[in-house]
Amino acid sequence: MNFIEYVQLNPFQKFWYKLKMFFVNLPKNLGKFFKFIGMKIAAFFIGIGHAFKFYGTSFVKGDWSTKISYAIMGFGIMVKGQIIKGIVFLAVEVAYFAFMIGFAWNYLSKFLSLGGVIAPASIDPVYGTKIPEKTDDSMIIMLYSVLAIIVTILFIFLYIVNIRVNVALEERRKNGEHINTLGEDIKTLLDERYHVTLLSLPTLLICTFTVLPLIFMILIAFTNFDRDHSMGGLFDWIGFQNFADVFVSNPKKAATFQTLVGWTLCWAVIATISCYIVGVIIALMINKKGIKCKSLFRTMFVMTVAVPQFVTLLLMAQMLNDDGFFNVLLRHMGVLGEMDYIKFLTDPWIAKITVLVVNLWIGVPYTILSASGILMNIPEELYESARIDGAGPVVTFGKITLPYMLFVMTPALIQQFIGNINNFNVIYFLTGGGPTDPFLYNAGNTDLLVTWLFNLTTSYNDYSLAATIGILVFIFCATLSLITFNMTRSSKDEEAFS
Amino acid sequence: MIKSYKLRRNISNAIIYVILTILCLIWIMPLVWLIMTSFSGEGVVYSTNIIPSSWTLDNYIKLFTEVDPSKVNYPRWFLNTFIVACFSCVISTLSVLMVSYTFSRLRFKSRKKIINIGFILGMFPGFLTMVAIYYLLKIMGLTQNIVGLIVVYSAGAGLGFAISKGFFDTVPRALDEAATIDGATRNQIFWKIILPMSKPIVVYTILTSFTGPWADFIFAKLLLVDQVDQYTIAIGLWRMVDKNYINDYFHQFCAGSVIVAVPITALFLKMQKYYVEGVTGGAVKG
Repeated sequence: MNFIEYVQLNPFQKFWYKLKMFFVNLPKNLGKFFKFIGMKIAAFFIGIGHAFKFYGTSFVKGDWSTKISYAIMGFGIMVKGQIIKGIVFLAVEVAYFAFMIGFAWNYLSKFLSLGGVIAPASIDPVYGTKIPEKTDDSMIIMLYSVLAIIVTILFIFLYIVNIRVNVALEERRKNGEHINTLGEDIKTLLDERYHVTLLSLPTLLICTFTVLPLIFMILIAFTNFDRDHSMGGLFDWIGFQNFADVFVSNPKKAATFQTLVGWTLCWAVIATISCYIVGVIIALMINKKGIKCKSLFRTMFVMTVAVPQFVTLLLMAQMLNDDGFFNVLLRHMGVLGEMDYIKFLTDPWIAKITVLVVNLWIGVPYTILSASGILMNIPEELYESARIDGAGPVVTFGKITLPYMLFVMTPALIQQFIGNINNFNVIYFLTGGGPTDPFLYNAGNTDLLVTWLFNLTTSYNDYSLAATIGILVFIFCATLSLITFNMTRSSKDEEAFS
Repeated sequence: MIKSYKLRRNISNAIIYVILTILCLIWIMPLVWLIMTSFSGEGVVYSTNIIPSSWTLDNYIKLFTEVDPSKVNYPRWFLNTFIVACFSCVISTLSVLMVSYTFSRLRFKSRKKIINIGFILGMFPGFLTMVAIYYLLKIMGLTQNIVGLIVVYSAGAGLGFAISKGFFDTVPRALDEAATIDGATRNQIFWKIILPMSKPIVVYTILTSFTGPWADFIFAKLLLVDQVDQYTIAIGLWRMVDKNYINDYFHQFCAGSVIVAVPITALFLKMQKYYVEGVTGGAVKG
């Protein structure tokens, strides 16, 4: 297909064409990708080589204060006039070594074994009572080791900065240029280097509470940290055993994993599509020409989005109870006998249908919200010209509205799909994952992977298994989002308006 | 011909009105039932009446007067949630705006790479790492109290920069240039020019980060295991419909839910406009 043909397609066809080409080109692109990675790695090592060469020559050529800076950070900077900056560098070095020797080394040295028994179990010589054996806390060892590694990387970075600043200052002094005072340095933080000021605090927070836990969780997935190795106790590295368990080697876990993956995907597909279709239909009805009180109708639906989800869901769970509102209502209407009830939440199959229907109730208003915005954006000329060409309402819907909506909303749809895979609230508050199934490993019939993960963590202390599932879910979701992100390329024209 | 066209349109409109009204009723009914039950004077959880036989304000009054610190302490929970929401609102709003302004306006080395890393990290649903976060906070001594919650809610906020970055991208660059020529630093441009011009997105960010903590359950449950006096509204209400409590507290649960839902709903309806802009703003226009 050449460019002219491509441009003539409607947005919808363009999208499918792109999707098709994505898979057609996949092998080629994968090849490119690995080549790219290889080149990046090569470039990385070459870069390191260059860096060593640079610091080597700087060391040989530099003056005496620069040379001392290679051992005592900040020394050269102090000598060259930036005293406070130099002191800060020196303080960093002292603090780092104090931290490593006085504190972190203790843990880092045990990182590979994750600790051992400090004192074996014994009997108290005076009272004759049993003293349980004393062991290292593997969790703490792991956490502090990761912390120590991160601190070391930061330190190396600062060390390099120290040398660079030194070399730059020396250059400036040789050429007789002006050397910034502390006040001037701080001023650049508000202007030329403002990004450093703005990003430092968020980056610190994100590194501590997003990146560190992430590394930490990946590490846990390779250990046997579970209920047999309780808190404060000892556990070991077991390599890929957890991943093997989940896929093949432990029949019960593998079966549970397969069942839950199946149900999670099934749930996500049905939930996303049903919400989308119903939502778009309602949005179309609300936005139809000649319908009055548009905003009233919209507000009515949006109300359910506004109320915090846990409130509506806990309420729904009560209403769907065996003696809850819905069963009472059905009894009043004479559909059910006085003592009969429908097991909305306790029968495996009915429960699945119930959560899907309730999710419809929760999710449709979101679609209405976003679809209304898009419907109002469709250029009116499209409809006018279609009408002039003699198209009826059905044709305009099929040929204009639907393709347009699908095209604009596809990224949002895929995001919703990912959101549904991780839809904790609906399942947890309605059924809690139940009804429990004896054939599954600590899971119920309506459990999604994420609710299983939550229960494994909070109730069953199966931490390493939970971490393994977390990683798998993340890989799946991240791949999906990256594909969407690359297909839409909204990042490309970020400067379109400015 | 025209007449029949009009007639047909009127009929189809009438049908749509009927369908919409029915659907509205379906969507609103549970909320109406919640409000009705919160005023119900019947003592039992599962009433056989659809509309309560007697009405009372007792459920609301009891919620605030009959406080049992070891079991149900609604005023305290409400206060806790409010404190958490305020603090995390301030921290998250600041970090979101700072990060998105930097990514949108400032040009620096490896900016693209950093944005992409941020984007990938941002896709990661935070609660998947809850084991790790729990131990991290435990070592810091922040579990079992609301400080830990504030940290968890606001720490990763900077990663939600996508929407506001999109907004900042649309503010004309000529403004920055003019200000630079007049001698403004980037710091001044951020606070005095871009922020005042971006009121919608600032309001949107503040409202979303304020309402977030009211609705979160996962982290609150994870961190505040059994510290009843540190609970937030979400786990507090969840506890009230627990098997052991539901018989005594069901109506108070409804009253408590109404009290939380009203302000949050009001805020949400207020930011509905921004929400629509936010959701569709990032999508590609055909």
